[in-house]
Amino acid sequence: MKVLVAVKRVVDANVKVNVLGDNSGVDLNNVKMAINPFCEIAVEEAIRLKEKGVATEIVAVCIGQKTAQETLRTALALGADRGILVETDAEVDSLGVAKVLKAVCEKEAPQLIITGKQSIDSDNNQTGQMLAALSGYAQGTFASEITVDGDKLTVVREIDGGLQTVALNLPAIVSTDLRLNEPRYASLPNIMKAKKKPLDSTTPDELGVDVAARTKTLKVEPPAQRSAGIKVETVDELVEKLKNEAKVI
Amino acid sequence: MGILVYADHDNASLNAATLSTVAAAKQIGGDIDIVVAGADCGAVAEAAAKVEGVAKVLVADNAVYANQLAENVSLLLADLGKNYTHVLGSNTVIAKNFLPRVAALLDVAQISEITAVESADTFQRPIYAGNAIATVQSLDAIKVITVRGTGFDAVAAEGGSAAVEAVDAAHDAGVSAFVSEEIVKSERPELTAASVVISGGRGMQNGENFAMLEKVADKLGAAVGASRAAVDAGFVPNDMQVGQTGKIVAPDLYIAVGISGAIQHLAGMKDSKVIVAINKDEEAPIFQVADYGLVADLFEAVPELEGKL
Repeated sequence: MKVLVAVKRVVDANVKVNVLGDNSGVDLNNVKMAINPFCEIAVEEAIRLKEKGVATEIVAVCIGQKTAQETLRTALALGADRGILVETDAEVDSLGVAKVLKAVCEKEAPQLIITGKQSIDSDNNQTGQMLAALSGYAQGTFASEITVDGDKLTVVREIDGGLQTVALNLPAIVSTDLRLNEPRYASLPNIMKAKKKPLDSTTPDELGVDVAARTKTLKVEPPAQRSAGIKVETVDELVEKLKNEAKVI
Repeated sequence: MGILVYADHDNASLNAATLSTVAAAKQIGGDIDIVVAGADCGAVAEAAAKVEGVAKVLVADNAVYANQLAENVSLLLADLGKNYTHVLGSNTVIAKNFLPRVAALLDVAQISEITAVESADTFQRPIYAGNAIATVQSLDAIKVITVRGTGFDAVAAEGGSAAVEAVDAAHDAGVSAFVSEEIVKSERPELTAASVVISGGRGMQNGENFAMLEKVADKLGAAVGASRAAVDAGFVPNDMQVGQTGKIVAPDLYIAVGISGAIQHLAGMKDSKVIVAINKDEEAPIFQVADYGLVADLFEAVPELEGKL
């Protein structure tokens, strides 16, 4: 079975972003970029399916500027077989991304599509669900365990207060939650090998997809800052303050 | 202008998160209808009809919506949503699961997790784990939105008397099925609804030590949470996670125990009214947001705290 994995290039999770002085966005100049952590979990899950003999080929897809090639090379170094870059300088929103992915899926015909549950820049949590709706496919979001059984997929999902298990017809879409797996590190030989793996390039236009933005970001501001309070010396003092000063207990 | 709000529920009771979502709808302005999709969910419809400021409750009571499968519920909402200018859901797993599908079926964008309403088409939402706040304008005719409950003061659960109307449409996509659910039964309040939350981090050292926090929680009627570090280390399950990738909470009192205060954790709790931090590392960033900081060994301080409450 062919598995398609969507990956996004984002600011590295360990970088603290700063808002630009003109409030037009966050400062991305000379900031370390990386594969979105949830997308990395998606790639890892695809590789594990291949190691189990369930997946036969893993195609990684990324939508973004030319530099997003690096993100695809990361996916290839981890174990994806080939990459597709859908190149655009535009900022594509989730609906646009879902439409691009649908067009790619129509060409590639994967049985399973794995996405991250959200990207850590826009924090939208939409793409997987939107792709599923546009394709008419079933979805298993916030997945913590997936099992392929013939033409069915069983997904254990992280829900409020516990876990839910659903059975989906394939093809289907899975969005990854944190505990689905722990991604491996790419070995140096695999990083070298990844440079020789096929990486195709296309554009939203070539795919016939309109990715015009449906929303306009008017401004981006830093959040209200919270100032540090006081240090208490003892538990007694803490309890006293909470009772008499803050009045919260 | 009409606003359709999705009632978050478990077929038995209406989730309080819906009250905050109605509050956001009120700020947008216009007639507010609530849709209840479920099976044997009459009690939820009754509760929804009493919510302050609601004009009409639409009830789709049908076996195909029993488990609120995204594939089925999204077809219903896309169908009903065509008649509204706004479709709103809470930031619970249920709505986050199906609402983007509704947006895609309506061919509109979704605006996720709004924290403020500026006008009928312009909203604020946190990005980069709350390290920046974006003001976003929707250019679509129908605005599909999830509401972060902590940004809005809930409307009253009682006092309304909305008309209740049955919706017959049974949408069954036929591609997915519910298998089972394991809900952890707890005497404690839900994390996102609790007025007091006590959370543990990597400093707790293991899952067993969370029993100390549970004892404090029992005395305060608090919910117990955890940082991502504690979840990643396998101490506790992911549904206890407070932070960018977990739950967003804003209780009256938040007690962070053995939590260093990573950006991603602060994103989930920094809107709490009063924050207490207990950590042995004086330099821990959590102290920069704490109203009351106690530099101490948590294994001594927490049992002492429990004893003195």
